[in-house]
Amino acid sequence: MEKLLLLGDEAIAQAALDAGMSGMYAYPGTPSTEIMEFIQHSKMAKENNVHSIWSANEKTSMESAIGMSYAGKRTMVAMKHVGLNVAADAFLNAAITGVNGGLVVVTADDPSMHSSQNEQDNRFYGKFALIPIFEPVNQQDAYNMVYDAFEMSEKFNVPILIRITTRLAHSRAGVARREVKLHNKITLPKNPRQFVLLPSIAKVQYKQLLDNQSKFEENSEKSIYNIYEDGSDKSLGIIACGISYNYLKENYNDTKIPFPVLRVCQYPVPKEQIKKLMAECKEVLVLEDGYPFVEEMVKGILDKEPVKGRLDGSLPRDGELNPNIVKRAITGEKFIVEIPKIVQNRPPALCKGCGHIDAYLALNKALIKYGEGRVFADIGCYTLGALEPYNAINSCVDMGASITMAKGAADAGLVPAVAVIGDSTFTHSGMTGLLDAVVENSPITVIISDNFTTGMTGGQNSHALGRLEKICEGIGVEPEHIRVFHPTSKNFDEMVSIIEEELQYKGVSVIIPRRQCVQTMKNKDLVAKVKELKLN
Amino acid sequence: MKSDIILAGVGGQGIVSIAATIGTAALIEGLNLKQSEVHGMSQRGGDVSSNMRVSSNEIASDLIPYGQADLILSVEPMEALRYLPFLSESGWLVTNSEPFINIDNYPNLDELLEKIKSLPRNVIINADKIAAEVGSRRSSNIVMLGAASHFIDMDFDAFKKGITQIFAKKGTETVDVNIKALEAGRKFVEENYKF
Ligand SMILES: Cc1ncc(C[n+]2csc(CCOP(=O)(O)OP(=O)(O)O)c2C)c(N)n1
Ligand code: SF4
Repeated sequence: MEKLLLLGDEAIAQAALDAGMSGMYAYPGTPSTEIMEFIQHSKMAKENNVHSIWSANEKTSMESAIGMSYAGKRTMVAMKHVGLNVAADAFLNAAITGVNGGLVVVTADDPSMHSSQNEQDNRFYGKFALIPIFEPVNQQDAYNMVYDAFEMSEKFNVPILIRITTRLAHSRAGVARREVKLHNKITLPKNPRQFVLLPSIAKVQYKQLLDNQSKFEENSEKSIYNIYEDGSDKSLGIIACGISYNYLKENYNDTKIPFPVLRVCQYPVPKEQIKKLMAECKEVLVLEDGYPFVEEMVKGILDKEPVKGRLDGSLPRDGELNPNIVKRAITGEKFIVEIPKIVQNRPPALCKGCGHIDAYLALNKALIKYGEGRVFADIGCYTLGALEPYNAINSCVDMGASITMAKGAADAGLVPAVAVIGDSTFTHSGMTGLLDAVVENSPITVIISDNFTTGMTGGQNSHALGRLEKICEGIGVEPEHIRVFHPTSKNFDEMVSIIEEELQYKGVSVIIPRRQCVQTMKNKDLVAKVKELKLN
Repeated sequence: MKSDIILAGVGGQGIVSIAATIGTAALIEGLNLKQSEVHGMSQRGGDVSSNMRVSSNEIASDLIPYGQADLILSVEPMEALRYLPFLSESGWLVTNSEPFINIDNYPNLDELLEKIKSLPRNVIINADKIAAEVGSRRSSNIVMLGAASHFIDMDFDAFKKGITQIFAKKGTETVDVNIKALEAGRKFVEENYKF
């Protein structure tokens, strides 16, 4: 069959479509976004009526997928690594309910923090939930694993976690497709109480999940993805997880790797094969992109085995691996990376003409008399307000934290406290925090910088479009303290005085600077919608 | 054949089209390919790069090891130097001479070009000017690809076919102007450099 040139993300999406997936659920987040976007643009998905609308956040997407699985259909959820923190409650409990239609969860981790606030390794979540994990070496593996994962999910009655990293998500290679499967028909779970996690039922199902562990282990042991390649030089054995195998292989070009190598790409880890490697080799080196997840297990608390990796300094403790780092760990060969001094950094900056800029300039002016250190921001393009020349914000922790941190600081006496949040982040997880503030009538000023889109991740639709005032009113913000303006330099004085007025108010106010993200001006549907809703 | 290429520039400068054209050309030639790009903050003026690997053999790593790139193809002079640690001892650096200045501390252009000229194998080309001459300033990236194509061991016709496929949706006029840009870039290198 002819190969398609696909990103790792796209290979995952295509595999799900070919495996007969009926619905995809996701909230945007680099590097996972292209999975959903591929499905949204797929003709095949459209013809088969595959659900492909963005969800409000990762938790709602996970729960919708559990619902679709309940109804007997195959479904997939994808998110960036920190998204799984948001969806964790649903995710962990889905391991206890089990599935009806196949349920596949994709986590796109970001070692080296190319575009994230941490580099958490979500294999821990898979282990935490006691479910199988697949970790592809390359794009073809990613396709095959997702395709197989749906089968496996239904066979073992368990969600399956697919773990990729930025490098694979955003790298293209040829991928061969497999036979296209029909969608499942709607069927209710055979056991009508399967999804009712009352303690009495949950206890039984948890026991089943525990009993299934030996099956998962056996399956890993026999897996076509966990490959033991023998080598004649037993001075070293190498465990290579997922994409790290490529970096190892790169160092031996077209020659055979002299050491025994165990590829670990399906979890729970294949214990017997690891024991065999340990028994045969003098030392073992563990290569994994992310945390020393397998390394810690192999090393154990007693530290009796000669294990090299991220914990003993053979590899750096943080950051992404690459062929040179792997080579250094094996041969000791050093490498120097010297960028000519004349080269300067190009830090990312808000686009020329971005509405966030005008909002920040007005906010800075209005806050002068109160002094610094009282602006709690959030995650989005507007986080760049932390940098020169604005220096406008003092925090960015996790999505939604702006409003609740401002509330906490106000509770402590830092008044006025200001929150800055984007429209998409507000509907992701700012609304519940606003309710907390309304209930106590906390003296905070919430600025929802509304640009009609999820700008940071490339301009996806925002659930907030045309709904912000109604949402805020519904939550209980006084209508006279919901203030909307058009952020431009022409309106500067008006903006400053509105912000000043609301800073003086000793209760919850919401200020909405509203202007379309300049990067979305070519999006005809959005432009038409904004016109129809009379938002500009 | 094996060609490890670093594509470099600033977000919005058309690296994606260059990568797509080389990728399509490689498929036409029946070669293996891996292409890794850095997405993310590109729309806000940050530097962007892509690791492009084409080979008649299997390719293992998505990332090119340091000191192993056969070619750095940059649409901007300062960005060309950012990836110097990747260039192999026999590799070529091919860059546009026209800077993209969106930072206050952008280096002195003459010093920058001097530094590039001090490298043993370099090609500096005013792709913006050549693109304007063939009728579309926006095809500057494809002029660069034309110039660099000399250093990639693939049939020149495959690049043309690649362009035809990549730009087909935008109409024959766009295809034609980009083919002209490709040819002009190639011609510049062949007329001005002796190998
Ligand atoms: C839990 C979580 N999910 C997703 C992301 C990725 N992400 C970062 S900012 C953002 C949304 C930004 O949209 P908005 O709040 O409207 O601000 P804008 O970028 O448009 O200014 C997303 C989806 C994240 N950082 N954390
Ligand atoms: S992408 Fe949109 S929201 Fe983000 S900086 Fe640019 S104009 Fe502003």
